Amino acid sequence: MRLVSRTLLYVIAWLVAAAILVPVIYAVLGGFRTTGQIAGSPVGLPEPWVFTNYTEILTSSTFWRQVFNSLLIAVVSTLLVVPLAAMAAFVFARFAFRGREIFYTVFTLGLLFPIAVAILPIFIMVRNLGLLDNPLGVALPQAAFGLPMTIIILRPFFASFPNELQDAAAIDGCGPLRFFWQILLPLSRPVLATVSVLAIVGSWNAFLLPLVVLTDADTWTLPLGVTNYSTQYTADIARILAFATLSMAPALILYAFAERHIVAGLTGGAIKG
Amino acid sequence: MPPRPDSARIVTPAGRAIARPARRSRVRTKWVTIALFLLPALVLYGLLVIAPVVQAIYYSGFDWSGLGSLDDFVGLENFRRAFADDVFVGALWHNGFFIALSLLVQLPFALGVALLLQARLRGRALLRVLYFAPFVLSEVVTGVIFTLMLQPDGLVDHSLDRAGLDPLIHQWLAEPGIVLWSLFVVISWKYFGFHMILYLAGLQQIPRELEEAAMIDGANRLQVLRYVTLPLLGPTIRISAFLSVIGALQLFDLIWVMTGGGPVNSSNTMATYLIDWSFKRFQFGYASAVAVIMLVISLLFALFWQRFVLRRDIEGALTTMGR
Repeated sequence: MRLVSRTLLYVIAWLVAAAILVPVIYAVLGGFRTTGQIAGSPVGLPEPWVFTNYTEILTSSTFWRQVFNSLLIAVVSTLLVVPLAAMAAFVFARFAFRGREIFYTVFTLGLLFPIAVAILPIFIMVRNLGLLDNPLGVALPQAAFGLPMTIIILRPFFASFPNELQDAAAIDGCGPLRFFWQILLPLSRPVLATVSVLAIVGSWNAFLLPLVVLTDADTWTLPLGVTNYSTQYTADIARILAFATLSMAPALILYAFAERHIVAGLTGGAIKG
Repeated sequence: MPPRPDSARIVTPAGRAIARPARRSRVRTKWVTIALFLLPALVLYGLLVIAPVVQAIYYSGFDWSGLGSLDDFVGLENFRRAFADDVFVGALWHNGFFIALSLLVQLPFALGVALLLQARLRGRALLRVLYFAPFVLSEVVTGVIFTLMLQPDGLVDHSLDRAGLDPLIHQWLAEPGIVLWSLFVVISWKYFGFHMILYLAGLQQIPRELEEAAMIDGANRLQVLRYVTLPLLGPTIRISAFLSVIGALQLFDLIWVMTGGGPVNSSNTMATYLIDWSFKRFQFGYASAVAVIMLVISLLFALFWQRFVLRRDIEGALTTMGR
């Protein structure tokens, strides 16, 4: 009886795993087939293996330009949001002052503002600043919308350091600035890695803001490239799948290495040990 | 939001009894530090989050194309028009559909999977990594791949046909009665892993002894689940439900990529409707009214949840529940 129920659990667990894997495998393998093969038998292995879909994309300047654009925006917005959020979280975690909770609440409310609510005024602001088709036009609003989540993750981590640490530093003549820079930040590397990875993944996958801000094809990021590719080559499924596979690869590779950080950041506390 | 217990901790510099002038300068240093550290984030946030939200409220009172001056003030007309538009009301219902199904199907499923991983299966670390992986994939890539799989005569139809289930074959993304269900499956594929991770973190906080004690007292597995595990998991469930509802209210990317809100508006959400009316039809005033409606619904829901369900602050939502 126990054996039966355990077997059943394994069956269910691997069925769910299969459901997760099928679309990914379909995309990866589909890229190695021709559209004719896929249309002829959607379920099946490449026969023969075709490499031209991937090689054509990997040798096209369009693809690499989009990789570069995505990367640039991800790096800029992460370099904006993490330091700014760390500074704010430091104040929220280690200073008592009037109005602290009000400011903090204002930041947490940001979780409720989907970027869609503010997208029209942001578009107009970005247009007035002359930042349409400019990576900053995406990176700046993205960083701003990333602040609430980042601060919420950082604050309890910063607050968890014992006061004695700061007192001891103060006795040795270390002011709050140095304490932040030389003690708190180095000790917070794991959580900083977590929020950075989250910011990079979020930016890499972002769609709505780039869609609105980046109209010139030369400035497009990968998600825009993928949607455009899939409308441009509607009939050529194999190419679309190859493109989709290549554009999701970096996120999956990053996930493979930073899985622990991503999960820890979203569930909190866990990384303290 | 009430302060969290540990935020009441006051950080006092060492050596309290110090002569007055020194103290005053210390107080000044403190405020300078606070201002210096808080201002950059506050400026960015104020300019690019708060100000646009306020501006959206302002725009919503005008008939405006997005270009030229705002001079055609129409009061609440845009709001009246939205609620009189069957397409918008339909979009609202679709958001409601996704909320209801997420709460009734996706979250219980995620909880079930989390409990499954609790049972010491071999390879559960690998399974956990797998289950969560779709969360880091972009909505766009997910949408494109699933669109191709769901195409007529695509992978899904073909598999059903081979399994002898061909009567089940549908135009998954082209039949108004089916499209929402198809989208829901894709949404669940992408997001259940996130909720599963939350539940796993919550489950780890429940001391094994409690469940063991209940077993010793003669409770069976179901009773332990019903009377020990689930109640103790309550805070996590409430937060996961909250995040799920907020997420469902904001659905955009996947739907925009997969159906664009169609066929015949049968899969619009508030967000796709908003983008349709702004960047396709250039009625920024009207679209802003839709944005404001989204905002108000999110806020009302958050207040309600805060007041009646969470009874704790949202602040803890993602980070303190591991305690």
